[in-house]
Amino acid sequence: MTKIAYINARLIDPASGLDETGALLTDENLIVDFGPRLAADILPEDVMTIDCKGMCLTPGLVDMRAQLGEPGFEHKETISSGSQSAAAGGITSLACLPNTDPPIDSVALVGFIERRAREAAMVNIYPYAAITQGMRGDEITEMGLLSAAGAIAFTDGLKAVGNPKVMSRALSYAKSFDLLLVQHPEDPTLAEGGVMNSGEISTRLGLGGISNVAEVILLERDIRLLEMTGGRYHAGHISTALSVNVIRRAKERGLNITCDTAPFYFALNELAVGDYRTFARLSPPLRSEADRQAIVEGLKDGIIDAIASDHTPHDEDSKRQPFAQASPGAVGFETLLAVSLELYHNKAMSLPDLLKTLTASPAEILGLNAGHLKSGAPADIIIFDPDAPWQVKADDFISKSKNSPFDERPVQGRVARTVVGGVPVYISPSLGEKG
Amino acid sequence: MNTSASNINYPHRHLLGIEGLTAQEISALLDASKPHVEQNRRADKTLTTLHGRTLINLFFENSTRTRTSFELAGKRLGADVINMAVSTSSIKKGETLIDTAVTLNAMHPDVLVVRHPDSGAVKLLSEKVNCAVINAGDGRHEHPTQALLDALTIRHRKGRIEGLTVAICGDILHSRVARSNIHLLNAMGAHVRVVAPPTLLPAKIENLGVEVFHHMASGLHDCDIIMMLRLQVERMQGSFVPSTREYFRFYGLDAKKMTAAKPDALIMHPGPMNRGVEIDSELADDITRSAICDQVELGVAVRMACLEVLTDNLAKTL
Repeated sequence: MTKIAYINARLIDPASGLDETGALLTDENLIVDFGPRLAADILPEDVMTIDCKGMCLTPGLVDMRAQLGEPGFEHKETISSGSQSAAAGGITSLACLPNTDPPIDSVALVGFIERRAREAAMVNIYPYAAITQGMRGDEITEMGLLSAAGAIAFTDGLKAVGNPKVMSRALSYAKSFDLLLVQHPEDPTLAEGGVMNSGEISTRLGLGGISNVAEVILLERDIRLLEMTGGRYHAGHISTALSVNVIRRAKERGLNITCDTAPFYFALNELAVGDYRTFARLSPPLRSEADRQAIVEGLKDGIIDAIASDHTPHDEDSKRQPFAQASPGAVGFETLLAVSLELYHNKAMSLPDLLKTLTASPAEILGLNAGHLKSGAPADIIIFDPDAPWQVKADDFISKSKNSPFDERPVQGRVARTVVGGVPVYISPSLGEKG
Repeated sequence: MNTSASNINYPHRHLLGIEGLTAQEISALLDASKPHVEQNRRADKTLTTLHGRTLINLFFENSTRTRTSFELAGKRLGADVINMAVSTSSIKKGETLIDTAVTLNAMHPDVLVVRHPDSGAVKLLSEKVNCAVINAGDGRHEHPTQALLDALTIRHRKGRIEGLTVAICGDILHSRVARSNIHLLNAMGAHVRVVAPPTLLPAKIENLGVEVFHHMASGLHDCDIIMMLRLQVERMQGSFVPSTREYFRFYGLDAKKMTAAKPDALIMHPGPMNRGVEIDSELADDITRSAICDQVELGVAVRMACLEVLTDNLAKTL
């Protein structure tokens, strides 16, 4: 049977503003019809029906910032394990960073990721390529060829392009191909030696601090360069109030700038570091409570376009270290939706507005035909219960790595079913039978 | 054991830092140090309170005085003392730390005295072992026995801590001694000041309960105690301060700057000193004004008390 009807669903399509009860019909790998008038009794005969029982049916999440560990860090994550983890989190498309070993800076490596994704991935995987060769920050990569080979956009991953001349050339050059550059906004020299947010807590713990100025100073520099060169620029995982204000003003001036943040930066602050908790060592670091609130405001106001998981898997040995020696980053696929939904449960954002930052917006930034419910579009959808309560248990994650600062957090909102190209790639053990 | 009465007042398995300790707990450790001050001046210095106990000095960072002080303290209590120096440059630090902790734990030590270049490393290690752990300095975080010996020195020379004005001067940014002293002196009711150029002060230091000064004249004005910190000369040049001679000119303690303090103000220094960088040689050697030798002497007594209290606590939980 090739046609599937998902009935009794709360259809939410953030791209078009649709939020109504109805059904969605897929044929093979595509969405063919959907809407409130598409009721069970008027469906064609040869259709298999799945009763969503009033749960939300939305486009699958589009995660524009994740690490999959392959090649080079297969002990932390693989394309196979990472994509299963993503599917469990309701993610149907993701863009993976090039900070692998070796880094993705050549056509052959882009081809490698695409081939591995075809072989092993359950969700759509789009590789980023590096802006500079070897992510060394000095010579730009073959952006035209890399883009033609399938690189979705360009970034040096967790490294900022620190040299302004290199960044300016990269922006100018990328403009001729209409390519997107994604920056890790942190001035490398100002941040040097820092392992957490600079402030009272870093002083008490005797840890090197990274000032919030390190983020905004690089953003402001890049905005000046962007003004000069034109081109498309995206600031990855912004974490400070200063950054939100600077991006707000840049958008008001009509610059082609977008940005994202990760759940860590609106759901946690620097207090999570506690007594040297290495799972809370992130890059950028968790910031002050005032910064956290500003990130929430930035999402509400639409200044922050997207929420990405910033999935950064690390094995135990990388984290069971003195704080300054521990690797920065946390896994995020399986908590992305539930922690983001806190913004809806806290009444900071409406459900469609929140979902837009997880679907339509990142898809638009990356230029993907994803993140929307559209006849003829790929049937990449999720069914989820926005209210289902559960407690995060990192040990139960499908991801190979368990480094989550959200471990034991009580949350609400759980994916019942994830469908990629019409095929169910995840069915929840607890909610799945309802769907 | 003669310290059993005071153990009730220090109900912790480890001594990892001063932050969070109450004035009563700090006093308990200081009180327990007193008998050892006298004992250490006698010809026969050795007791048997820790007979049969094993103390391991585990140093991931070079140290002569702290390690020697703990070694003497252990030996004078009759414990078996072993020194282990672990190089951090040759091996990956974290692996060494956890692996070493597990290995040493299997040898059933009673007390581990640990120094490590990373803040928080001693706490991490303490979670992997069954014995008592004393932090002998972790990164820029804490060096609790130094603060205790400083407090004991102040008590000896001034008779009290409460109400005194103490100026901590120099490289606060990189100093675990400064942090431990700030916590201890605040807990005991002293007025604490820090005096340093802004490049040598960590963010929001004022939130730790100190008054911040950038000039020695104002910072030392009417103070009772001047604590000088060691300047890590090798990493300072041109980055945190322009030169040692400029530093000495504005922040080095000399007779002229001392005039701002009370006439009977006491000079302290955790050692080792850079003469002519943070302190003038003559002042350092002036025994009426300098308590630097007292600090070293009382350090052994404080560490004996800590060892006794922690091993006694450990015995009670077994």
